[in-house]
Amino acid sequence: MKMNTTTPPSESGSDEPGDNIWILTVAPFIWVVHFLASYLTNAIWCAKYAGSDRAAGEVRLAIMCYTAIALPGICCVGWRAFRRHRRGAAELPHDFASGGDRSRFLGFSTFLLACLSGVATIFTALVAVFVGSCH
Amino acid sequence: MNEEPASIQNCSPDDGPLQMAPPEELQDAQRKRLLQAWETPTGWRYWSAVNNSEVGLWYTVTAFIFFLFGGLLALLMRVQLAVPDNDFLTADQYNQIFTMHGSVMMFLFAVPVLEAISIMLLPEMMGARDLPFPRLSAYGFWCFLIGGTFVCGSLFFGAAPRGGWFMYPPLTTKYQPGVGADIWLLGLSFIEIASIAAAVELIVGVLKCRPPGMRVNLIPLYAWYILVVAIMILFAFPPLIAGDVLLEVERAFNWPFFDPDRGGDPLLWQHLFWIFGHPEVYIVFLPSIALVAMIVPTFARTPMVGYGWIVLAAVGTGFLSFGLWVHHMFTVGLPGITIGIFSAASEAVAIPTGVQIFCFIATLLIGRVTRSVCLLFVLAGLATFVIGGLTGVMVAIAPFDYQAHDSYFIVGHLHYVLVGGTIFPIIAGVYYYYPAVRGKQLSERLGRIAFWLLLIGFNVTFFPMHITGLIGMPRRVYTYQGGLGFDLLNLVSTFGAFVLAAGFVVFLWDVLRPKGKQPPAPRNIWNAGTLEWLAEVPDKPWGCRSIPEIKSRYPIWDQPNFVRDVDQGRFYLPDAEEGLRETLVTSPVDAVPQQCLRVPGPTFLTLLAATFTGGVFIFGTYHWWTLTGICAVLSLGTVLTWLWTGTARIPEKPQKDVGLGLTLPTYVSGPAAVGWWAMFITMLGDMTAFVSLVFGYFFYWTVRDDFPPDDLVGPGVLWPVVGGILSLGAWAATVLARRLNRTDSARAFYSATVSGIGLSIVGAAALLMGPWTHRMDPTVHVYPAIVWLLVLWTVAHLVVGVIALAYCSMRRRFGRMTAGCDADIVNTTLLWHFLALTVLITVAVIAGFPLVA
Repeated sequence: MKMNTTTPPSESGSDEPGDNIWILTVAPFIWVVHFLASYLTNAIWCAKYAGSDRAAGEVRLAIMCYTAIALPGICCVGWRAFRRHRRGAAELPHDFASGGDRSRFLGFSTFLLACLSGVATIFTALVAVFVGSCH
Repeated sequence: MNEEPASIQNCSPDDGPLQMAPPEELQDAQRKRLLQAWETPTGWRYWSAVNNSEVGLWYTVTAFIFFLFGGLLALLMRVQLAVPDNDFLTADQYNQIFTMHGSVMMFLFAVPVLEAISIMLLPEMMGARDLPFPRLSAYGFWCFLIGGTFVCGSLFFGAAPRGGWFMYPPLTTKYQPGVGADIWLLGLSFIEIASIAAAVELIVGVLKCRPPGMRVNLIPLYAWYILVVAIMILFAFPPLIAGDVLLEVERAFNWPFFDPDRGGDPLLWQHLFWIFGHPEVYIVFLPSIALVAMIVPTFARTPMVGYGWIVLAAVGTGFLSFGLWVHHMFTVGLPGITIGIFSAASEAVAIPTGVQIFCFIATLLIGRVTRSVCLLFVLAGLATFVIGGLTGVMVAIAPFDYQAHDSYFIVGHLHYVLVGGTIFPIIAGVYYYYPAVRGKQLSERLGRIAFWLLLIGFNVTFFPMHITGLIGMPRRVYTYQGGLGFDLLNLVSTFGAFVLAAGFVVFLWDVLRPKGKQPPAPRNIWNAGTLEWLAEVPDKPWGCRSIPEIKSRYPIWDQPNFVRDVDQGRFYLPDAEEGLRETLVTSPVDAVPQQCLRVPGPTFLTLLAATFTGGVFIFGTYHWWTLTGICAVLSLGTVLTWLWTGTARIPEKPQKDVGLGLTLPTYVSGPAAVGWWAMFITMLGDMTAFVSLVFGYFFYWTVRDDFPPDDLVGPGVLWPVVGGILSLGAWAATVLARRLNRTDSARAFYSATVSGIGLSIVGAAALLMGPWTHRMDPTVHVYPAIVWLLVLWTVAHLVVGVIALAYCSMRRRFGRMTAGCDADIVNTTLLWHFLALTVLITVAVIAGFPLVA
């Protein structure tokens, strides 16, 4: 029988510092906020404030502003995740049982999700480019 | 760091299994004790089992029975539509049948079967002995069985719902007076609660019950998908429950939430339904594709290509799927930009969906593929789903949708998505996992026959529907005139439906045929690499002989002598010295062991609790209020008994040696404990339902020029604010009580809980006084109705808070909670954090918003 030194549970029983599974959701969450803000602004504007010509120039402007905030945010998350992924040997497929591989995997997946969120945010923003009324 | 240990052999020897096997006699004794602890009850007590393998199996079988029922209904519809002007069914019968077909397939098959399969297999995939709350799974199953039988049974009394599976008002409020819509609303709400219970179980299971060493980059892909799906359930089902509450209250008490004459708006239902309804499509699709993600690497004989990309696909789809709901409402007259935004998101979701399919194809291309029926169904599923996905991209484009909306094109599209994305992968899953669950292999020959019948039958049935729809046949009509070009196409569809049914008969025969003479399947029959294939033949109730240390995504392939080490008990928890059911709880990211969790064993309490809860919903449907009340009290009593006897038990020793020199605590409270997570997740779902109701309030403000109306009084400011302050006082008392319990100041603790109870009762009364003293009549207009509803929702939650506080006092009084073992009051405090937020939002909305509107 192998006898290891007993580690006190209070010290051993937690994750290694610095990583959190929820960082995966930061970029998609920015997309959610951008998406909801765009939708709600438009819904409320068209229901409450649009003039008789049903023009929605202000909504387009608002969506542009939201995008100007959201896209740099997503890029920032993506860039930091990419840096984390590149740190170290960074060989795919990150399937080793080490804290470093876990960290690079989270960086890689976060980066991919940031790319997807960026594309989805641009899709939403493009609507404001092409459509300009409450009709 | 570059110097990270790069592979298994570099890991320190301390992480590995025991170098020497324990002596044979010890192994035998360990096995005996484990068997005793995990023994499945026999005789009539069998039905008190709560182990995941039993409950998962019952759940799966029940879901399949509902599936067959739904399939028979589909055949009746196809017979009716085979020829023009048919009188095989009356219009009313047809309406009931198509409504039940949709509702059964979505609510009684697609969602429950994924939960069923996950309850059965997820613990095995993670080397856990059981899920963290076995009794909760059992409760969910019994709720599902009772609710499902109730809803299906209504068809035999001609009382079934007739409003379509999405139950749009005003059709279901003004024009369908019978009990059908109530059966749908209450029966299915009941099942939705069971679904949320399963979601809680699965989220906590994936995050907290992984084997030591299974860091997030080593989790089986199935678990990733299930985590995403369970979180989606948590945010998708509550809006529907909120909608159900509104619609049922309108039907039962004439509160005009959806009645435009009195300020309501039927579109609110469509929003709430589809905020649920679209994510629902992905909720049923992702777990099935998760089965594909387990099957493909096994038959390609190589690890999955693009693990990170598949995680991207799962998480990305989970998020984007919540931005699609309005594409079901393109034709209701929304502003162009709104339509554009949702159209854009509907196109974007194709990206992650496609990514995972490319990963599967890539894995099959680089691997050395072995032929099998499983893989045939996987390939058929992927091809069919791609076709359905592409027609989905078509209907996501608004101008095309205007043409195809409510036509048979949509029926064709959704069946390609659901059968390709769900049914075929599930059948593949049955062929794949049957040997692990039942110890016998299904027939490859019968499987191939079933496969061709199903594939041909399916395409012959549903492909023509695209054309029937494009030339103008609307869906949900019980018959059609001859000579409009629909005749031949419908006849072909009906023919195909019977070929499809024949395929299911062959499949069913293969599953049910007696297999007594057939030799048992070898262990790990497909040479798979993941943990569920540790299952012995015949399977043992303990789940996993010893809980392994994981260093690879495919431990059976990669870790040397892995199966032997597990079998000989060289890993963690190889024994049950105390005769208790035990499993390991680990940390969410790195799976560091945190606790030796004792899970409860067999009980009839869950069945009783589900029966009484069912009584509340079923008697409520018929407005038999006395019986409803009795059932509510009995159900509360049973649940409290269950909590009192089965949860947060103070262990006989504070810590335990779980093997390999590791000692873990046996009692944990706070964020490391599974109970804390369950409370947090449940309350997150509860909060989502509440936010949906608040969304309703603001929705009325958006769509109406006068909301709140000038000629109707509101609840005022005084009473809501007083009620809010008192309730927040109760929250503060609860937080204080937690601290006082920790410092072991018994007298002060009881004073704090009692003042918490008093303050919440007075606070709830003050909240009710607002609308009461201003004589707000909820039947007159939607404004008083929604104010009353928000107040009643908050008051009901305060009542729960009172019960929780009283429960904690009693626990301490009877020595079941101490200063150290304080999970009850810690979880109650967490509950109260959410209650405080609910109170704050309610007061801000009902008292504050009228001032600024």
